[in-house]
Amino acid sequence: MQISSPAFKTNARGALADPHLQEALGHVRSGFIDKRQKAVDALPEFDALRESARAIKDHTLAHLDLYLEAYEEKVKASGGHVHWAETAADARSVILDICRAVGARTVTKGKSMITEEIGLNEFFEKEGIRPVETDLGEYIIQLRGEHPSHIIAPAVHLTRDQVEADFRRAHNHLPPTRDLTEPASLLSEAREVLRAQYFAADVGITGANFLVAETGSSIIVTNEGNGDLTQILPRVHIVVASIEKIVPTLADASQILRVLARSATGQEMSVYTTVSTGPRRPEDPDGPDEYHVVLLDNGRSSMLGTEFQDMLRCIRCGACMNHCPIYHAVGGHAYGWVYPGPMGAVLTPSLIGVDKAGHLPNASTFCGRCEAVCPMHIPLPKMMRHWREREFARGLNPATQRYGLKAWAFFARRPRLYRLAASFAIPALSAFGGARRRFRYLPFAGGWTRHRDLPAPESRTFLQQWRDRETRKQEART
Amino acid sequence: MSAREAILNKVRSSLGTAPSDAARAETVAKRLADAPAGVIPARGQLADKERVALFCEMAEKVSATIDRVKKPADVPKAVSTYLRARNLPASVRMGADERLRAMPWSGVKSLEVKSGRADPEDEVGVSHALAGVAESGTIALHSGTDNPTTVNFLPEHHIVVVDAKDIAGDLETVLSGLRQRFGKGKMPRTLNLITGPSRSADIQQTLLLGAHGPRALHLIVINGG
Amino acid sequence: MRQETLKRPRVGLFVTCLVDLFRPTVGFASVKLLEEAGCEVEVPMAQTCCGQPAYNSGDREDTIAIATNTIKTFEEYDYIVAPSGSCAGMLRKHYPALFKDHAWEARAAAFSAKVHELMSFLVDVMGVDAVSAAREGNVTYHDSCSGLRELGIREQPRRLLGSVLGLKLKELKDSDVCCGFGGTFCVKYPDISNKIVEEKAANIQASGADTLLAGDLGCLMNMAGKLQRQGADIEVRHVAEVLAGMDDGPAIGGGER
Ligand code: SF4
Repeated sequence: MQISSPAFKTNARGALADPHLQEALGHVRSGFIDKRQKAVDALPEFDALRESARAIKDHTLAHLDLYLEAYEEKVKASGGHVHWAETAADARSVILDICRAVGARTVTKGKSMITEEIGLNEFFEKEGIRPVETDLGEYIIQLRGEHPSHIIAPAVHLTRDQVEADFRRAHNHLPPTRDLTEPASLLSEAREVLRAQYFAADVGITGANFLVAETGSSIIVTNEGNGDLTQILPRVHIVVASIEKIVPTLADASQILRVLARSATGQEMSVYTTVSTGPRRPEDPDGPDEYHVVLLDNGRSSMLGTEFQDMLRCIRCGACMNHCPIYHAVGGHAYGWVYPGPMGAVLTPSLIGVDKAGHLPNASTFCGRCEAVCPMHIPLPKMMRHWREREFARGLNPATQRYGLKAWAFFARRPRLYRLAASFAIPALSAFGGARRRFRYLPFAGGWTRHRDLPAPESRTFLQQWRDRETRKQEART
Repeated sequence: MSAREAILNKVRSSLGTAPSDAARAETVAKRLADAPAGVIPARGQLADKERVALFCEMAEKVSATIDRVKKPADVPKAVSTYLRARNLPASVRMGADERLRAMPWSGVKSLEVKSGRADPEDEVGVSHALAGVAESGTIALHSGTDNPTTVNFLPEHHIVVVDAKDIAGDLETVLSGLRQRFGKGKMPRTLNLITGPSRSADIQQTLLLGAHGPRALHLIVINGG
Repeated sequence: MRQETLKRPRVGLFVTCLVDLFRPTVGFASVKLLEEAGCEVEVPMAQTCCGQPAYNSGDREDTIAIATNTIKTFEEYDYIVAPSGSCAGMLRKHYPALFKDHAWEARAAAFSAKVHELMSFLVDVMGVDAVSAAREGNVTYHDSCSGLRELGIREQPRRLLGSVLGLKLKELKDSDVCCGFGGTFCVKYPDISNKIVEEKAANIQASGADTLLAGDLGCLMNMAGKLQRQGADIEVRHVAEVLAGMDDGPAIGGGER
């Protein structure tokens, strides 16, 4: 997918001016937050489970090589195949080979961010294979030629009206007079249209929420059931997953499952948690004949052992973006690549480079709400700051910012000069504020005064006044 | 160097470890062998009657419907009552599960029972759950001739028979039951943990039932009492 | 009598650069509240800023230089108190991280352990549960992010406001959501910041309060600036001004229309 992260500011301005998007984002603000809180409040062990989940992932990451080997062995023992891919391109070509080997023309897909990361749909189309997204949200955005704007609610940026218009355009075999006013009728129509696709597909591709080393299983978590139809109806099931999805055991997966759904959608448990192990057994009446797992690195291994390792605990629940004021303001597309919101602001620079994604970790007020809700206790603001440090060290941030900062730091490092400069500048600025005591415009403060007034300083600085007061006290005493 | 070696080497060098580190290998082997349980919510740790009641309550909260019968022989009638109440055709799809097959289906007049995997025309599927999970109102089903996985997803209505004695307090108990049945580290092709009927909130955050899987999940709990 | 004076804790007031430059009243209000709580307050002249702008811009070198000066200036006191959750959070939570594996690691940790935000210091450390101020009217309160999430400040200011004669607290919808200030964020991404503060301003107006209070001057200036640009008739003040009864002068940015 095209990277537009460098144009974050322009993207954001466009997003702020888009009334449909702003209406849709209103639903994000009201939808997720209360539901999550309720689910969390209903489970007294929630915080203990968060700690447990964090410890499981930390342990796994510290032994990742060994768990990957153990996992591979189990997949093979159950009759499946494991393919290792260092880069996105490697993963694409492995997947293509599997599809070609069975002469696949149509491929159904369960919702998967990792196949977005490797740009699989565009690649398939170029290679003459038809990818069909089956998650309702993914299906809608595929019709529009867009990408997900949220990691668990891909079409959250759209309103009902927009979806109706897309269905009328795309499903032109259906009578134009049909009534689609209710969201339920839109859902039924998608269900009908997609049913046929599941049966037509030769290969079904899903992601994985977990890969279990103990059993060689992959686990997906969905609400619609599309991920299941995608993997049990075609002849071949391909799982695409990045290496940090490993957990040691099913018991470990259970721990994390308890925080996943609650954090994501405020459900106690998602509707379908599906544990898949190998291909169908000889006696099974259904299920795929072949089971392949593509294990993708794509930059993860080099995050290990760095200040960004904690990011590999992420379980893609979306809570951080659901609670992010920046995400609420501009939506997911403004971030310009696959992963939006706070988790994207940390992960994206690792995957596409901080030179391209530099805005993302900067566009944060560090309000800390993401870290407060992250079920895996990922210190997102701290890691955004680490990116800023790397940018600063490489001189990547704009010159005006650097000089402004340096000038300010010059005084902040020198208390005497600071007091001297302030004692001249502040009373002047205060007087300049006049009777209104604020500025509607001030040179060098355009970023501030474009949208709001700037309160003028009250009077002389506090330190000046305090010193005078102390001197007077001293004099009175002597 | 294969991609496999390249990735494993990179992981090792980032972590600063050598493949020969025996202590690490032992830690991992032990963890996989022991599969320690973590935090188990107190919520489901109840006496039999209360546990079944919690299971039903949690399942209803996620829009499953519940019917409780006394004994397995009551199930066919309960199924037929369900079909009639919803104006559904008198036909169900069912696998080879012995517990289901032992029930008196012929006692219900004109009810067609189709065997084998589901096909797209089926409107109602009947399965027997491996287990239930009280803490979340979840049912567990696994693939095989007894209860084909397609029956869980293709029909619009999924009726699942759960024996009260198979309802556990927590998910971990169900998973260790599975381990006993299939052997440590072995799994059926598919294990489905199902919590309510299929749903989607992808259109403007409006929650709708029946996205791709069943629109309705009906649980018949045999309580034996 | 003499005995008692000796036992009074010595508090170094870290006034914060914004209060120093823009709103000295908050400094004097803090001194008054601390003295009333039984502290001996000093204001060392060598203080400047906590270093957050540099820290959050990724400039570690300048941050460390500024932090070193702050620690040197304040480490002799029993407590260091700041009328800002953001600056207190920087001194208390981020200095230790900043000096990790640095020669000053232990010194920074000892300093940080003594730092408190004003409201939590009064309530949690000094055990204050009432003030002697009075103010007629409806106020609403915004929970600034760092204070709330880094330092757990929520109940303390509400408890003290509850003791102000005649004052009614109208809770603000989404009071725990960021106001969009974010230090340099608001000038680096002014359009996004504006969108966030617009939401905040709408909630403030809907609260039905005539006064907005908070514990951080940066947030207050941001919200005041927005409300005034919109022509709203709402006074904006630091919570310490009201608690100290020093709320009769002009409000923040409040002058003639
Ligand atoms: S960073 Fe945390 S909150 Fe965000 S998606 Fe990942 S796990 Fe969820």
